Amino acid sequence: MSIDPKTVARIAHLARLKVPEAEQKSLAGELNKILDWVAQLDEVDTANVEPLASVHDGTLRMRADVVNDGNKMDAILANAPAKTGDFFTVPKVIE
Amino acid sequence: MSLTDLSIIEARAGLAAKNFSAVELAEAHLKGMDKARALNAFITETPELALKQAKESDARYASGKASDLDGIPIAVKDLFCTKGVRTTAASHILDNFIPAYESTVTQKLFGAGTVMLGKANLDEFAMGSSNTTSHFGPVISPWSGPDPAKAARKLVPGGSSGGSAAAVAARIAMGATGTETGGSIRQPASLCGIVGIKTSYGLCSRFGIVAFASSLDQPGPMTRSVADAALLLRVMAGFDEKDSTSVDKPVPDYSAGIGASVKGLKIGIPREYRIDGMAQEIDTLWQKGAAMLKDAGAEIIEIGLPHTKYALAVYYIIAPAEASSNLARYDGVRFGLRVAGGNLNEMYENTRGEGFGKETRRRILMGTYVLSAGYYDAYYIKAQKVRRLIRDDFTKAFEKCDAILTPTAPSTAFAIDEKQDDPIQMYLNDVFTVPVNLAGLPGISVPVGLGADGLPLGLQLISRAFDEMTLFKTASALEKAAGFNHKPFTA
Repeated sequence: MSIDPKTVARIAHLARLKVPEAEQKSLAGELNKILDWVAQLDEVDTANVEPLASVHDGTLRMRADVVNDGNKMDAILANAPAKTGDFFTVPKVIE
Repeated sequence: MSLTDLSIIEARAGLAAKNFSAVELAEAHLKGMDKARALNAFITETPELALKQAKESDARYASGKASDLDGIPIAVKDLFCTKGVRTTAASHILDNFIPAYESTVTQKLFGAGTVMLGKANLDEFAMGSSNTTSHFGPVISPWSGPDPAKAARKLVPGGSSGGSAAAVAARIAMGATGTETGGSIRQPASLCGIVGIKTSYGLCSRFGIVAFASSLDQPGPMTRSVADAALLLRVMAGFDEKDSTSVDKPVPDYSAGIGASVKGLKIGIPREYRIDGMAQEIDTLWQKGAAMLKDAGAEIIEIGLPHTKYALAVYYIIAPAEASSNLARYDGVRFGLRVAGGNLNEMYENTRGEGFGKETRRRILMGTYVLSAGYYDAYYIKAQKVRRLIRDDFTKAFEKCDAILTPTAPSTAFAIDEKQDDPIQMYLNDVFTVPVNLAGLPGISVPVGLGADGLPLGLQLISRAFDEMTLFKTASALEKAAGFNHKPFTA
C-alpha cells in the first residue's frame, strides 16, 4: 500500500483540507515513510483479538432524557465568523 | 528566599500565616514573567485577571474562608477553554476564539482559589513533543542559558505542554495544568526537571479541553514537587457528568501518599524498555532509580511487557484517526478562522488549509487515510487490536508488581532546530510514555538527575488504573532519594 500524490489530493479533499499541488509530492513521501514504519504491526498475530476502542470496558453511562441547558443563542453565535440575525451564514449552496 | 521559589505547600502556609499576601505573590510571578518573556512560555498573559483573583483571595484569607489552593498562581495550558479568555490551542484556526464557557478542570481550580497568570504555549492542538509546532512560535527551555534568546543552542522544553513545563521550571508559575495524549505532560516534565503526572483515563474531566484524540486525552498537573502535584490533582480530579468517559469514584487525599512507606511494594522493571541504542546515561539513571527504591524498602523485580515495541506504531494510527475526526469541527462556520472561497467546499478547504499548521495537516491526512474505505481494517482496526494486547501486557504485569519504573524520555532536551525534518525521529520521543496512554493508566515523571550535558533527566513510574496513591508513594520516595535540586538558568 503506497500513497501517491493523487491519493494525497483525494484524502485532502475527503478532509476538506487544501493542499497545494506543489506540496502533494513531498507529503506523499512523508506519509509513505510513516505507513512503512507502522507496517511493523503486520508481524503481530491478532487473529483472535478484539479491537480495543476505549480502555473503559462496558457501555457508556446513560443520563435522564431531559432538557438541562439552553437559551444560549448569543453565546453560541458570539464567535461566529459570519452571521445574519440569529443565524450562522455560509457561502451560497443553492445555485 | 524569593516568593517565586516557594513550593505550593510553602506558599499556602505563608499565605495562611499572612507572611505575604496573594497580591504580593501574584505580583512576584508577574514580574518574573516580564523578565522571562524570551522563553515564550505564554500565548496570552492575564495579569489583570491574576491581580483581581489575588485580591479576592486575600479577602477570603482575611475572612477565614480561604480554600485549599487559595492565592496560588498557576499557568493554564492554552488547550483548556477559559470563559472570556482567548483559547487558541496554539493554532491559527483558533487565534480569535473566546470561549463562552469554562472547562471543568479550570472551574475546579478557580473554585479552589487558584490565580491564573496566563495561558501557556503548547504544540498546535497538542500535536508534538518539542513545542515547535505552535502558531505562536516555539517555547525556549529555561535550561538553554542565562539569556535564552541569545543561547547558542536554544533548547526545546519538550511538548506538547512545553509552555507549562517551562513556566514551572523557570519559577514564573507555581504549578500548571497540562494535558496528555501520548506523553505531553511527562516528557516536557522530564526535559525541564519538574514533576508531571498523567492520570488514569477518566479521573479528570475532559470537558472544555480542546479535543485531540478522545480515547487517549487526559489532563494532569505539572509542579516542582510530588507533594505539590498531589495537592493540585486532588482539586483537578473527580467525576463530571459533562464528560461521558468520566469515572464516578471518590477522589482520595493524595497527600497521604507523600512520605508514606514503600516497604514491601513490588516495583517492576520491564526488560522491553531497554531499547536498542539507548543512551548509557539513561540506562545508568534507571538502575540508580531502581536502587533508590530498593534502599527505601521496595522489592525490585523484572517484568515483561512484550508488545511495547509496537506502541508507537499503534499510537500513530489511532491518535491521527481520532484527531482527523475531532478536528472536523473547524470548518469556518461556527467559530474560529474563516478564509473565503467561491463555494462552501472551497471555503472549508481554504479555511482548514490556511488555519492548520504543517504537523496538524499531516496528522489529519494520515488519520483520514487510515479511516478511509479499504484501509480501515488494515490500519485502524489492526491498531486497536494491538492496543488491546498492550493493555493486557500491563494487566498481567500488575499481577506481579505494584508499580513499574522506566525512563521517561530517551534523551535530555534537544535544540529547537533538531529532529525537525523527520517526523518519525520526533515521534520516538514518546517511546516510553505512549504505552501508558494506550492502556489508560496513570504515570508520573520525577526529576532524578542530570545528563552529561548538564540537562535534567526524569524517571517514570506507572501504576494500576485509579491507583494514583501508589504512584504518589513511590514517586515521593524516589524524589526524596534523588534529591534533585538543580535549577535552570532562567529561574
